[in-house]
Amino acid sequence: MSDAAQRVTAPEVSDEVAIQIIGMHKWYGQFHVLKDINLTVRRGERIVVCGPSGSGKSTMIRCINRLEEHQQGQIIVDDIELTGNLKNIDAIRREVGMCFQHFNLFPHLTVLENCTLAPIWVRKVPKAEADEIAMEFLNKVRIPEQANKYPGQLSGGQQQRVAIARSLCMNPRIMLFDEPTSALDPEMIAEVLEVMVNLAETGMTMICVTHEMGFARKVANRVIFMDGGEIIEQNEPEEFFNNPQSERTQQFLSQILAH
Amino acid sequence: MTDVTPSNAPGQHYPPGQHPDLPPPPGTVGFVGWLKTNLFSSIPNSILTILALYLLYSAIPPIFFWAFIDADFEGASRTDCASAGACWALIDVRFNQFLYGFYPPDELWRVYATALVLILAVLPVLFDNIPFRKLLFINTALLPITGFFLLSGTGSGQDALLQTVETPQWGGLLLTMVIGVTGIVASLPIGVALALGRRSNMPIVRAMCVTFIEFVRGVPLITILFMSSVMVPLFLPEGVNFDKLLRCLIGVSLFSAAYMAEVIRGGLQAIPKGQYEAAAAMGLGFWKMMYFIILPQALRIVIPGIVNTFIGLFKDTSLVLIIGLFDLLGIAKTVVTDANWIGLIHESYAFVAVIYWVFCFGMSRYSIWLEAKLHTGHKR
Repeated sequence: MSDAAQRVTAPEVSDEVAIQIIGMHKWYGQFHVLKDINLTVRRGERIVVCGPSGSGKSTMIRCINRLEEHQQGQIIVDDIELTGNLKNIDAIRREVGMCFQHFNLFPHLTVLENCTLAPIWVRKVPKAEADEIAMEFLNKVRIPEQANKYPGQLSGGQQQRVAIARSLCMNPRIMLFDEPTSALDPEMIAEVLEVMVNLAETGMTMICVTHEMGFARKVANRVIFMDGGEIIEQNEPEEFFNNPQSERTQQFLSQILAH
Repeated sequence: MTDVTPSNAPGQHYPPGQHPDLPPPPGTVGFVGWLKTNLFSSIPNSILTILALYLLYSAIPPIFFWAFIDADFEGASRTDCASAGACWALIDVRFNQFLYGFYPPDELWRVYATALVLILAVLPVLFDNIPFRKLLFINTALLPITGFFLLSGTGSGQDALLQTVETPQWGGLLLTMVIGVTGIVASLPIGVALALGRRSNMPIVRAMCVTFIEFVRGVPLITILFMSSVMVPLFLPEGVNFDKLLRCLIGVSLFSAAYMAEVIRGGLQAIPKGQYEAAAAMGLGFWKMMYFIILPQALRIVIPGIVNTFIGLFKDTSLVLIIGLFDLLGIAKTVVTDANWIGLIHESYAFVAVIYWVFCFGMSRYSIWLEAKLHTGHKR
C-alpha cells in the first residue's frame, strides 16, 4: 500500500488550465450540497477526489459536464464557461468523457455500436473510421474479442472497460470517473484500475472520484478530500496520506486505511 | 408413490468420486410424468381435470358437427339449407360484400392491387432480413398516396384514369382494414410525440399534451365518432364537405394515439436515469438521445402494451357502424336482414369473428416473435 516507488511515469503536467471552478455553489431545493468550491485542474493533471458518501464529490464532477446544474459561481472547461447556453454545453460534453459507477452502457447496442454511436452522430466520423478507432480502443482495454456481444453478456469489469473505451472513442481531452470501481468485486477492480493506470500514462487529464487509495498513491498528482459539500484538504498524495492536516481527514483516512 | 429400486434405494452408498449417473425415478419424466405433475398432481386437481375433459367433450363435438359435418355449403337462399347444421351458403353468396362492402364489382381489381401494395409495404417494416428492403421502404412511404388514389380513384368522367368510388361504397373487411391500418400507422408516431411531450420540461408543451391525453381518454370512442360525424359539419361553412370516412379516420387515430401515449410513457419511465446521463455525457442532443438510446429501449419494453392497443383499435373499428359506415361487423349485421337469409345470425357473426381472430392472433404472435428477437441478454 505504501509503496510510493511504483508511481506511474506520465508526461509532465503543463501550465495550461484545463478546468477552473471558481466559487461554485449548488443547492438541491433548500439543501446546500456544494459550498464555495474552488479548484484549478491543469492539463495532464490527475486528481483523485475522496470523502465520505454524501460529501458532494460525485455532484461536483457531474457539474463539470453539466449533468448537474450549479446555481452560483463559475465553471470554465477548456476556456468555455458553462452557462445555460446549450451550444457551450454540447461543446464541453464533446471534450469531456465520463465513466459511471454503473457503467451505463446501452444494453440494446453491441459493444462496438456503443463505442461508435457518438463518434458517428456527434463528431460525424465516417462509420468505417469509427469502427477502426473503436477496435483500437477495445484493444487497449483488452477486450477486442467482445466487440460484437451485447453488454448484458459481459462481466462487470468488462463492461466498465467498454465504458472507458466508449468515452475514449470521442477523443476527449478530459476524463471524469465517478466511482468507477464501486460496483465491482476485487478481481474486476484490478482489471479496471489497470486500464485507468494505462490511461494516466498517456497524459490524460483525469478527475477520479474513488476510494481506491492505492490507485491514488500510484497515479494522482493531487488528492482532494471533501466533506459536507466543501473541499476540506488537498495535497500531493504522499503528504496527504502521511501527514493529513485536518482532523476530519485524519479520521477519514484512519477508517478507510484500517481495512 | 415412487417405486424403490436397488439403484435409488435410500442408504445405497458409493465411495467418493465413484457415484454413477442413475436414471431418474420412474414416473417423473416422459408422458406419464407430465400427466402426474400437470393434470393429476392431487385429488382436487384430478377431479378438475376430469370435469374439464367432460366439458370439452360436451362442447367440442356439437360445434364441430354444426360447423362442418351437418353444414350446408351451397345454395341460393335459406330454404336450400335443409340440414340441421350451419348454412354457410350465406357466406358463399355474400362473400364479396363481406370483403368489400358495396365497392363496384368492375373496380374490384383496385382493391386487390391495394392489398398487394399494403402487404409489400408491411413486409419491410415487420422483418429486417427480407430482400430489397430499402426498395420496399419507398413503397411503404408512398402507401398513403398510392392507397388513396387506388381506392378512391382520380376523378369521374370518360378520361379519368381511375373512376371515383365514393367512400360510402367502401365496406366490409376493406373498410375495417382502412380504418385499422390508418389508425395503427398514425397512432404510434402521434403517441410517441405525446408521450415525449408529457415528460417535457417545457410547461406549455406538457400542459397541451396532458390536456389532450386526458380529454380524449376521458370520453368514449363512440362520442368522438359521433362528434366527428354529426357536430363537425355543423361548424363547417355551407358547401364545404369533409368526407365522413376521413373524419372518422382522424377521430380513431387521435383516440388510439392518446392510449398509445400512455403505454409509451410507461416504457420511458422504465429507462434508468443512467441511460440519459450516459447519452448526454457523450454529447448526444435530445433528439439523437431519444432516437438512438431511449426510444428503442422504451418501445421494446412496451411491445406487449403497444400490440394490445393495436388489437383493441382493430376491433374498435367496428364502432363506426354507429355513424353509418358498414365495416365488417356492419355487413354481418346487414346481410341477415335480407329476407332470403333472415335469422342466420350465428353463421354471419361466426364468420366475422374468425376473420377478426385471425388478424388479432397474427398481431399477437408477431409481438411475441419480435420480443424474442430483440432480447439482447440484458436484465434490469
